[in-house]
Amino acid sequence: MNFRIITENMKVLFIFLILFLYLIVFTVDKTIFFKALGFSAGIFVKVIPVLFLVFILMFLVNCFVSNETLVKWLGSSAGVKGWLFSIIGGVLSTGPIYLWYPFLSDLKEKGVRTAFIACFLYNRAVKLPLMPLFAAYFGFKTLIILTCVMIIFSVIQGLIVEKIAG
Amino acid sequence: MNKKKALTSAAKSLLNNFPVLFGVILLVGLFNSVVPKSFYQHVFKGSLLIDPWIGSTIGSVLAGNPVTSYVIGGELLSQGVSLVAVLSFIVAWVTVGIVQLPAESIMLGKKFALTRNFISFILSVIVAVVTVLLMWLI
Repeated sequence: MNFRIITENMKVLFIFLILFLYLIVFTVDKTIFFKALGFSAGIFVKVIPVLFLVFILMFLVNCFVSNETLVKWLGSSAGVKGWLFSIIGGVLSTGPIYLWYPFLSDLKEKGVRTAFIACFLYNRAVKLPLMPLFAAYFGFKTLIILTCVMIIFSVIQGLIVEKIAG
Repeated sequence: MNKKKALTSAAKSLLNNFPVLFGVILLVGLFNSVVPKSFYQHVFKGSLLIDPWIGSTIGSVLAGNPVTSYVIGGELLSQGVSLVAVLSFIVAWVTVGIVQLPAESIMLGKKFALTRNFISFILSVIVAVVTVLLMWLI
């Protein structure tokens, strides 16, 4: 059985598990079932623009960036430039983390370094539009120090993940 | 790649992964509906050593908008939970995703997803401790 078939089976299993969970909730408590459905519908409406953005990005990368260029910018020999792209990309990307998995999966297949993908995902935690709110709750000093620490640790995390996961 | 091929490839890739994304959204919706907000306040023990790990564990299991974690974190802080524990909770909330783990495994590989989430879990406490230490020093 090849990897593609295993992945397809996992996808089907995943969906069935969630539908099964919802079925259990429906039988146990209909109020929670409808509350969960409403909550999910709300998230779905919110993520549509981000999904569209991810689609545009995938199209643009496919259209204008050759695999060779991508490997040059984000491959194993990209160096500091690769880290900078991953950090900036992670900070600027919007929406929930899981919306970026298809895009990153595409990049991975094209030869982008594992460390840069992990680094990108870690920097998704540093969100520019949310910074004023964070500062309001925890103070400006906490915001600046935590942001700097997280950016430094995103590189460390990328290196460790690459070392272990390859 | 020509535009038509690039467009088809992007659409195919996204549509192929859409059921998993849809599943994650349903799972996040379910989690947010099942776990009451009052749950968070009762699990911290008041220990500087254990609370950060409790914060990280809760932050890892739960998912949702980071704003929610700020609001909960602010509440916890005002109730006397340590800043290290609150920061561990917030960092784990955005960097570790148990709910998204199946989707991450399917799309980016099981080994990658497990390693990344485990390392992020450990780092959430380290990042919180380093941040608080630096705040104390600066």
